[in-house]
Amino acid sequence: MQTFAYKRPATVAEAVALLDRHGPEAHVLAGGTDLVVGLRDGSRAPGVVIDIKRIAELRLGIVEEGGRVTIGATTTMTELASNALIRRHFPALAEAAAVVGSVQIRNRATIAGNICNASPAADAAPPLLVYDATVVAAGLSGTRRIPIDEFFVESGVTTLARGELVTAIELPVPARRSGAVHVRRTRRRGHDLASVTLCCSVDEAGVTRLAYGSVGPRPVVCVDESGTLADPGAPTEARARILEGMFAGASPSKRSMRAGPEYRLAMLRVLGWRALQVATERLGEARTNG
Amino acid sequence: MAETLPIEFTINGVHRAIDVAVNITLLDLIRDDLRLTGTKECCDVGECGACTVIVDGRTVDSCLMLAVEADGTAILTVEGLAKDGQLSPLQQAFLDKGGAQCGFCTPGQLISAHALLESNPSPTRAEIEEGLAGNLCRCGCYFQIFDAVESVAGGAGK
Repeated sequence: MQTFAYKRPATVAEAVALLDRHGPEAHVLAGGTDLVVGLRDGSRAPGVVIDIKRIAELRLGIVEEGGRVTIGATTTMTELASNALIRRHFPALAEAAAVVGSVQIRNRATIAGNICNASPAADAAPPLLVYDATVVAAGLSGTRRIPIDEFFVESGVTTLARGELVTAIELPVPARRSGAVHVRRTRRRGHDLASVTLCCSVDEAGVTRLAYGSVGPRPVVCVDESGTLADPGAPTEARARILEGMFAGASPSKRSMRAGPEYRLAMLRVLGWRALQVATERLGEARTNG
Repeated sequence: MAETLPIEFTINGVHRAIDVAVNITLLDLIRDDLRLTGTKECCDVGECGACTVIVDGRTVDSCLMLAVEADGTAILTVEGLAKDGQLSPLQQAFLDKGGAQCGFCTPGQLISAHALLESNPSPTRAEIEEGLAGNLCRCGCYFQIFDAVESVAGGAGK
């Protein structure tokens, strides 16, 4: 493998100082499931690799406080998928975490890595958009809170500035009862990147939030507050019109080897309707169960 | 010349303290430096599972982990499954059920199955399939592999 320097900071302050000093030469190592592939094939050529896994401040786990749940940056997909708080308040995020890669990948891949790598196919992205997550980033001049919808730019690019490190993800605990689901389309079951990854939530006030990825340079979130999508009794044409408007943000690449753009757009519609139906059913179950 | 760092870990119960280059993977360390060649190198991108080992109780693709990251961990490789020259019940089940054809994926399959049974001693068939989804078998022995795991699930065969 190519040569690089390796740093293992013990604190966020040390990590941020290193990131600031080395700029684009510095690549962060969290779970390594993307970085190490890039190190080997040469698509990533860092001067210095900064391993953040030993930073205690990032390993705060998953904690609920003051109406929000905070997820430490180096929390793995395995931890997310099995966590009681996440399963109770953000079940679609637990579902998404449970289908990333394989067991081996989920044991290593982190929530911060998933969003910082900014793959359009990142499965955690649609639920984080639906649940209105905030990315907490530490820098030399302090901490910045970035709404997740302002975090993604395009594949591999985020709005993080030089010297900034994601330390946590915050999620507001939903104030209203809701039903949510994550669904995706892959070539094979078990271990594959998504050809379409999608999350939908419907709440008791009639607000529908729908987010999708792998059909454009970045994941997209759309909100319907009219109550029409959330109402199974509303005319199908009216609901279809709103969904079509939501899908207007999709622009799948012609170059991807996983699936052609026509297939992805067709599957986006299928998954969108399916997710809307399941989310609505789950809202009904939440109501029944009080 | 790559930078080296001193690391300590236990592997299959044996404590080791060595200097490793920062730019080699855990897989390189296990196969080339420690000469434990049961763990296989195959896709090198975390898709096939041939290099699966257990680090601190959880399976990882050792091709996707730097050797320096293993500092302070406990590692289990396929060589650590047999005790006193006796195959583990899981290993014996792979033989009995025909779960190994060419054998190349077998160490990774065994390690994933071992970890699955440690965390979930009585997995359903679906849980076995999901638990082993990160381990490809080009001979297509999936049913025999799942049968082998199923035959020792719930402590059967022990």
